[in-house]
This record gives sequence, structure tokens and C-alpha cells, in this order.
Amino acid sequence: MKKYTNTGKKDTRSGFGAGLAELGRTNENVVALCADLTGSLKMDEFKADNPERFFQVGIAEANMIGMAAGMTIGGKIPFTGTFANFSTGRVYDQIRQSVAYSGKNVKICASHAGLTLGEDGATHQILEDLGLMKMLPGMTVINTCDYNQTKAATIAIAEMEGPVYLRFGRPKVANFTPEDQKFEIGKAVNLTEGTDVTIIATGHLVWEALQAAEELEAKGISAEVINIHTIKPLDEEAIIKSVKKTGCVVTAEEHNFLGGLGESVARTLSLSTPTPQEFVATMDTFGESGTPEQLMDKYGLNAEAIVKASEKVIKRK
Amino acid sequence: MPNTQQLEDFVSQVRRDIVRQVHKVNSGHPGGSLGCAEFFTALYQEVMDYSTDFKMDGIGEDLFFLSNGHISPVFYSVLARSGFFPVEELNTFRLINSRLQGHPTTHEGLPGIRIASGSLGQGMSVALGAAEAKKLNNDDHLIYTLHGDGELQEGQNWEAIMYAAGNKIDNIISTIDLNGQQIDGATDQVLPMGNIKAKFEAFGWDVLEVKEGNNITKILEGLKEAKELTEKGKPVCILLHTVMGNGVDFMMHTHKWHGVAPNDEQLAEALSQNPETLGDY
Repeated sequence: MKKYTNTGKKDTRSGFGAGLAELGRTNENVVALCADLTGSLKMDEFKADNPERFFQVGIAEANMIGMAAGMTIGGKIPFTGTFANFSTGRVYDQIRQSVAYSGKNVKICASHAGLTLGEDGATHQILEDLGLMKMLPGMTVINTCDYNQTKAATIAIAEMEGPVYLRFGRPKVANFTPEDQKFEIGKAVNLTEGTDVTIIATGHLVWEALQAAEELEAKGISAEVINIHTIKPLDEEAIIKSVKKTGCVVTAEEHNFLGGLGESVARTLSLSTPTPQEFVATMDTFGESGTPEQLMDKYGLNAEAIVKASEKVIKRK
Repeated sequence: MPNTQQLEDFVSQVRRDIVRQVHKVNSGHPGGSLGCAEFFTALYQEVMDYSTDFKMDGIGEDLFFLSNGHISPVFYSVLARSGFFPVEELNTFRLINSRLQGHPTTHEGLPGIRIASGSLGQGMSVALGAAEAKKLNNDDHLIYTLHGDGELQEGQNWEAIMYAAGNKIDNIISTIDLNGQQIDGATDQVLPMGNIKAKFEAFGWDVLEVKEGNNITKILEGLKEAKELTEKGKPVCILLHTVMGNGVDFMMHTHKWHGVAPNDEQLAEALSQNPETLGDY
């Protein structure tokens, strides 16, 4: 089985900041808006390099989303930055009408998604954002897994026309995807080849899926790990191809099982290739305060949970 | 440049278009539309610099954003009669497969529309984004907006109003349609908003009032004065005192015609009060 090396822990939000800074140098149409979280979103470098293209809107997310929509009308490519909770639920109607329905080229960039935000607790730990965003017609939804992938995704979404929701997080996590990768929106990344179970993971759960695959290998189970960074449009072909080989699937995400990646995979498979599936996700619950590690353990979002789910789903074949 | 009589003739035809659109499909919002017929006419027939060869980016043009999208009948009539799309298309208002949706949208590609509106309170934010983009593009054309007075109850407006003054967005003229009415009754009864002029001024805007918001000459004077106030470091607000339902006597001074269509007899009565000047579609 192919092995991956953690080249050093880094936060995905810094990948966003690095990608945005590069866009500042390479694409004069890119502008950035932030709702009083410049440091948290790692937008400082873009701001320092391009003060005239950086718009501090204050604690006013609804206005930020509307302004971003308006800026596209002058040919700009706006990147908005705030926490995932305030990037989605708080401004859902603004995104729905002024961005999605209006077909505006706005990139909604959301940090501190999910439980790994940690100690701030459930008010800030959104576990529903992927569902909210994927339900909007025309919205591309991306959840990246590490620093390098987040940087690549940030650069890639500036090149496509249309609204995007880009989700990443706060904690330092393993950085293991190639530094020079080309990010292909809507294209699954096959990380390991296997024959017994397909593990489809997104975001912070991708590294956990790789750890799980190693543990499963030690138990004589061959796992195929697929990184789905683009939840919409979903790479259905890659998913179907893999489960036709393995006959069962585990989906893993830092999100409610309702509305998340797992449901998108289940829909895909139910239409063409009904397949036993287990969900590693939060089970219709809010989060709470704690360290990211404690929370991921408590809510069953780690390698151990993926191993158990894999063993369970294999028995259901 | 059209003279006052020509503008008033245009208004008369727009009023006919409004009531005919709404009557045909027995739905839509005639009251607020009629109240703003003169304002839209002034903007599109006299004040704004634009091309009917519609380009979404609007670079090198004045732009208009309608925030209270439910008054789409007046917007559609004025856009059509200003040359953005065929006047006959007004026949399709609110019908299935039409570009003239109940509320304005870019989704069906109707020329002249740059943002969807209908869910209230979002238009000023969008306009500010467009205004910032104009500044980045060194484009000295202006942004015009229209908002209902009841719409100011939406909090997002005040985020935008604060941003505009704080960031010296001085290439925008936002007009508030002060008709004092909303769906459930008079704005002072539904949710009193106090002194709107003082509120805008307290937020740092230049505010001017047009007391006769259905008098085309007074509107033109107000817009001229407003334009002279732009590019001076402050956003500009016009408080436009209008009469809901203006031009159709039985629709005036009441909120009852906010979202109700006239029947056949009422249509005939409304049309009899507004002569056909440019040809019905």
C-alpha cells in the first residue's frame, strides 16, 4: 500500500492565506473581503501586499457577502473570509439570492469549520455548512485536507467562473499532499489502492483515513482511500469505479451525517450501484468545548472510528 | 434630451404598463410600482449614462440597483421602453418560461438586470460592492439605488449604510422611497423607524429630500443636486416622498394595493386615467 509522509503539521487556513497571497501577485482582479478576522483567516499577507484590494467590512457578514456579489459586476474576483459558521448559516439568504441565484463569481472562504475549532464550543463549530452550501444550485463546494491542498485549491478556484464555497480549518494537521500539486476541481484523488473496502474522506478526515488504512493493512484488510475534496460537483465515476471493486464503502467527514459527503455518496451509489455504507460523521448533534483531539475522539471522527466502520461494513457485504 | 411633457407622457405609458402587467396575471405589486414611475423615468430617460447594449460589468456606465425587487413592473416597463428588450415582452410578466420573473433576476438573462432582488435589504450591499469596483477600475460613473422605506427595517441595510460612510463611498446615490406604507399597514404602525433623515445623517451620509417625489421636475432637481454632492467623500441619500399607487386615484394613499391586482373594471378605470402615449404593447 502506498504510504504518505507528514512533512510537518500546518494549518489549512495558512494554506488559504498562502494561496491568496500568491493570487494577489498573479491576478490583479482578485480582491479580498474580511469581517474582522484577518489574522484568523491568515489574510495579512494579501492585505499588506494589496491594501487597495483588501476590504475590511467589520463584523457585518451580510454586507460582506452582498458587497462581494457587487464587486463581481465590475469584473473583480472577490474572496470573502470569516469563520465557516458566519460564512454560511448567518448569511444564507444573502448567498442564496445575491450570489448563487444571481450567478456571481464569489469565492466564500471559510475557516474554523467543524469540531476542530475547539475550545470556543458549539456556537462556532458549524457541522451543517456543507449541507447548506451543496443545496444551493450552481454552488461548487470544496473541503480541503491539508495545507498544500488548501493552497492549491485557493489558486484553482480563482480560475473557474462561478460561486465557490471553500472550507478549511483552524488546527495544525498533517501536511502530506504534494507541494506542487495541480488542484482539479471535481476530481477525486485516489490515495491508496485496495480491494476490501473503499474509504471516502474529505477535509481533516483524509489523514485519519490513511492512518486507518495502515491499521487495516496490519489486520489483513486492503483499503482503497479516496480523497474527495470537491463535494459538489461530486466525482461520481471515481466512487462507483472503486466500490464496484471493493463492494462496500465508509465515508468520513467532520460534518453532520445529514447533508454531508456521506449522503452525497449514498445518493450516487443508490442510483447505480447500491452498496453497504457506514458513516463516520457527527450524528445530528452540536459540538462542545474541548481540544480538537478530545472532540474528534469523543464524536468518533478519527482513524480508530474509520477502522471500526470498515470492519463493520465489510461484514455487511 | 426629452422635455417635461415628453417625460410625463412616458410616465403615463409606464403606469399603463404597470397595471396591465399585473392585471393580466392577477398578481404582482402595482402600488409601489406606480409610486416610483416618475423616479424610474427620470433615471432612465434623463439622468443615467448607460448603454442598452447590455454588458454585465457595466464599466464606463452609470449603474442602477433595485433593492425592493417587488416593484418589478415599473422596472420592466422602463427598461423595455428605454430599449433594453422588446416592449412586447411585458406580455410575459410572471408567466412560465418568462425572463420577466415575479422579482427581477439575472438568472434568465434579462438585459438591464445585474442582481436578483426580492428578499429585502440586500441591494445596498451589492451596490457598495459595485461602487468599490468602480473606484478600483478608475471608472468615474455613478451607482444609483432604490430602496423601500419599510425595507429599512432589515438590519443589513444599516451594516451597509455604516460601511458606506466609514469608507467614503462617494460614488453612490441611494434613494429611499418614502411612501410610508408596507404590507401590514403604515410603516409608523408596523415598526416605527423614527427620523430616517437624522439616522442617515448620524451614520455620516449627505441627505436631501424631494418632498414631491411624484413630480418629475422636482425629482430631476433632486437628482441633479445629489449628483453635485458626489465625489466629496460622503455617500448621498435622497429621501423621495412618494404616494403609493400614484396616478390611479383609487390606489393612492393606501397600502391595500401593495400586492393586489386590479380586476377588469378597475383596470379600465386605471387606464382611463392614464392616456396611451407611446403605444400599448
